[in-house]
Amino acid sequence: MANFSKSNVPQFSVDVYQNEFLPEGGREVSAIVTVTSTGGGTTGGAVLAGHDADGADAAVVIMVDCSGSMEYPPTKMRNAREATAAAIDTLRDGVSFAVVAGTHLAQQVYPGNGRLAVAGPDTRGQAKDALRRLSAGGGTAIGTWLRLADRLLGSAEVSIRHGILLTDGRNEHESPEDLRAALDACAGRFTCDARGVGTDWEVKEVTGIASALLGTADIVADPSGLAADFTTMMENAMGKEVADVALRLWTPVGVEIAFVKQVAPTVEDLTGRRTEAGPRAGDYPTGSWGDESRDYHVCVRVPQAGIGQEMLAARVSLIVPDPAGGAPTTLGQGLVRAVWTDDMAMSTSINPQVAHYTGQAELAQVIQQGLDARKAGDHDGATAKLGRAVQLAAASGNADTAKLLSKVVDVVDAATGTVRLKAKVAEADEMTLETRSTKTVRVKK
Amino acid sequence: MPQHDFSACPGCAEPLESGDRFCGACGYDLSAVPAAAPEPDRPTVAIGTPVSWPEPPAREPGSLSTSTQHPGDLPGTDSGGHDLPTTPPAHGAPGAQAQARASQPQVPAAQAQGPQAFQAQAQASQPQVPEVPAAPPARDLPTIPVRTDGPHAAATSGDGLAALAEGTVPAPVPTADGDFALAAPDPRAAAAQPAPPQSAPPQPVADPRTTTPPAGTKLCVACRAGHVDPDGYCENCGHAQPRERDHMEQELSTVAAVSDRGLRHHRNEDAFAVSATALPDGSPATLAIVCDGVSSATRPDEASAAAAQAANQSLLDALPRGTHPQQAMHEAIVAAAEAVNALAEEPGQGAMEHDPHRHQNAPACTIVGAVVADGLLIVGWVGDSRVYWVPDDRTSPPARLTQDDSWAAQMVAAGLMNEAEAYADERAHAITGWLGADAYELEPHTSAFKPDRPGVVVVCTDGLWNYAEAADDMARVVPADATGRLLHGAQVLVGHALDGGGHDNVTVALLPFTLSPQGAGSA
Repeated sequence: MANFSKSNVPQFSVDVYQNEFLPEGGREVSAIVTVTSTGGGTTGGAVLAGHDADGADAAVVIMVDCSGSMEYPPTKMRNAREATAAAIDTLRDGVSFAVVAGTHLAQQVYPGNGRLAVAGPDTRGQAKDALRRLSAGGGTAIGTWLRLADRLLGSAEVSIRHGILLTDGRNEHESPEDLRAALDACAGRFTCDARGVGTDWEVKEVTGIASALLGTADIVADPSGLAADFTTMMENAMGKEVADVALRLWTPVGVEIAFVKQVAPTVEDLTGRRTEAGPRAGDYPTGSWGDESRDYHVCVRVPQAGIGQEMLAARVSLIVPDPAGGAPTTLGQGLVRAVWTDDMAMSTSINPQVAHYTGQAELAQVIQQGLDARKAGDHDGATAKLGRAVQLAAASGNADTAKLLSKVVDVVDAATGTVRLKAKVAEADEMTLETRSTKTVRVKK
Repeated sequence: MPQHDFSACPGCAEPLESGDRFCGACGYDLSAVPAAAPEPDRPTVAIGTPVSWPEPPAREPGSLSTSTQHPGDLPGTDSGGHDLPTTPPAHGAPGAQAQARASQPQVPAAQAQGPQAFQAQAQASQPQVPEVPAAPPARDLPTIPVRTDGPHAAATSGDGLAALAEGTVPAPVPTADGDFALAAPDPRAAAAQPAPPQSAPPQPVADPRTTTPPAGTKLCVACRAGHVDPDGYCENCGHAQPRERDHMEQELSTVAAVSDRGLRHHRNEDAFAVSATALPDGSPATLAIVCDGVSSATRPDEASAAAAQAANQSLLDALPRGTHPQQAMHEAIVAAAEAVNALAEEPGQGAMEHDPHRHQNAPACTIVGAVVADGLLIVGWVGDSRVYWVPDDRTSPPARLTQDDSWAAQMVAAGLMNEAEAYADERAHAITGWLGADAYELEPHTSAFKPDRPGVVVVCTDGLWNYAEAADDMARVVPADATGRLLHGAQVLVGHALDGGGHDNVTVALLPFTLSPQGAGSA
């Protein structure tokens, strides 16, 4: 249900979960920072009722792969058309939008002339008519699609800019460097969800696009599932209320940052994506936010200190830039502390949240390593890594990932991580596991 | 006293072999006992007092302890064996001031200058590195709120308990004149330190994080470079700044109290309240309340502050109305318990919010109080904070006037164990009575005494009595002139605990007892 009393600006709350107690000589401080935004747009279709007036603040470009392979089987192109139509139906009134047909070059299907249409009953109908003209033929150069989307979205005076990208094949008609350059150019300018349909696409390309553009990645192995997936994606996009939110990490002199990761809903290492923001502070991009909650794992190394000392190891804040170029607004902050104690019971206990997400991050890593080993023919390595993954998934209650794993390996004993590689694995299952390996579950309450 | 003697276990008096690292009987960690014998003690110096430190004793080059840099020494090298940068840190000569005020290097880069670099406290750090605790680590038992304290000398005989009946202190037992030769720090010097001195009574319910000074007014005590953020941390090096509660002092004409964070705890969870009032007949009444927050509970610092304040207020209301002081003490403890119980209903605040493993326990604390009025000395307590009686004439026997609510004390009282067995048990120091919503039932203990000679009443937490457990030991560390210089006496006692290792928060209040009721108030 839409809550009409909610303001449109989300309230951000920052909660820090850590064991701040270090033993004598202890230097490493880990904390899980849970960021929750509430009170902004509500996700899902309910938004349509309550936020008619806000639609004007968002723009969406849908990029549909129209390469020749989309014709095999022909249902794929039909499903892509239907899915795009469903997404257009999900657009809020007033949202600017465009549809791009992607081949080895990018072509605007609707509304054309390098402009964006404003969603309404008429434009939705015209856009769906235009979709009939989508036909398969040509190559795949995703970088060109993204650059066109960037130009289109950049022309709109809106705060939320989002792309939806569908591909069914490898990015064969441009070099990986071209795609990389396009992603670098687009990063921070709009967010983008990426979907691979069928099984002929490259998982790392699709997840790389979503990761660089702070969106989600997923597989739609069966084209008939596209429409539902597009609808969900667009609902999520319509729920976003604040763009360009950054996690700002301030650390005192002498403190080194070991890593900064998003750990829920998916694992995303942000360590290398820091941009300096004043003395001893750096910003890590988090994209746009609706009503949602994400967890970050921050790990820093502090200088040693004596028993009884206390220091602030890091200050974590959520900031949003001022559109007028002024000082950014701080949406919320939390403190990561370090307290040295000689009470072993206090310094040796591991915070349950930290332990949980350390396990979830390892889970994502060993799945990746196990699948890589399997592809490389290293069956022993793959068995060991995927066995560990089964063990971690079972212990942490990550049922979805456990289910995906069970399609790749035969589980002998989940508790010890004893598995056998399946002799025959459906390609879709392996790609699904790889694409969704970074999905995490939250701590069981 | 076997406390620091390697010939017998400090915990259970079991004889030891020279090579033992742990006591074979009770498992006491002997490595935690400093090698130096406590007597003769080093001169105790009050907090932050600019005195001339004695030259530290020379150390063996191979000693594991941090070596002392003398003014004439060669400049040191860094970990790579290279010369240090030519611009030396601010803490140049190890002069008296630099030692006493804590050496604050300009933490230059990733490598801070050492663990003791930011002795943020303005308290007296000893000339030698106080890294070796005099007491074993405090162990909080997980199931019940406990305070596990340092070694009791096994000889807590019942002589102090005999005084529990109303009447006079027990018959004299000759002791040596326990005049204790201590350097006399100037109390005025203590007033110059950051912690608010006499003028500021303890802020009972204030969150320590909010009582730090506002930003922009203070430089960080650790790096001397950064300003202090509103949340109490340095904006440059991140170090927590001394909080108001880290060191508190208060002196009235008839009572003085000092509370200190100690050297091993990161915050002060003790609290005190001292007041002077008058009975209906106009005769003076003086009271002191000391509370010790239970570390394993939530927000122990708030619990102790609330309890001290509530008990103090209750006594100030009751005594002028003519309530018998012993009844007033009982009511004050009940009022304090209610104040602590009320905290359990409030949501947690501030940083402790992020401490899920501390959330299981309601806020809790001990309480001990003393009232001197009408020729009577009234004590009341719940928990293991204590009152000692130290006669001015040190040839008269001192006495402990309270009986701990501790597991060991209960075992002994019930006749289930002898003292040695009881104190050898790991549960020995678990407290069995406390103020807090999760206390089984509140049993305030009160006693009334009518001392027949002048003396001083020591009201303290275990942070002090761990280092002077037996009444005789306490009498030795109370300065001979304590009655006349109350604040100084309290500072000396806190200094004694810090010299011993300062393992816990230390709080002590001193009330003189004079025989002439008129004299008691006008001292």
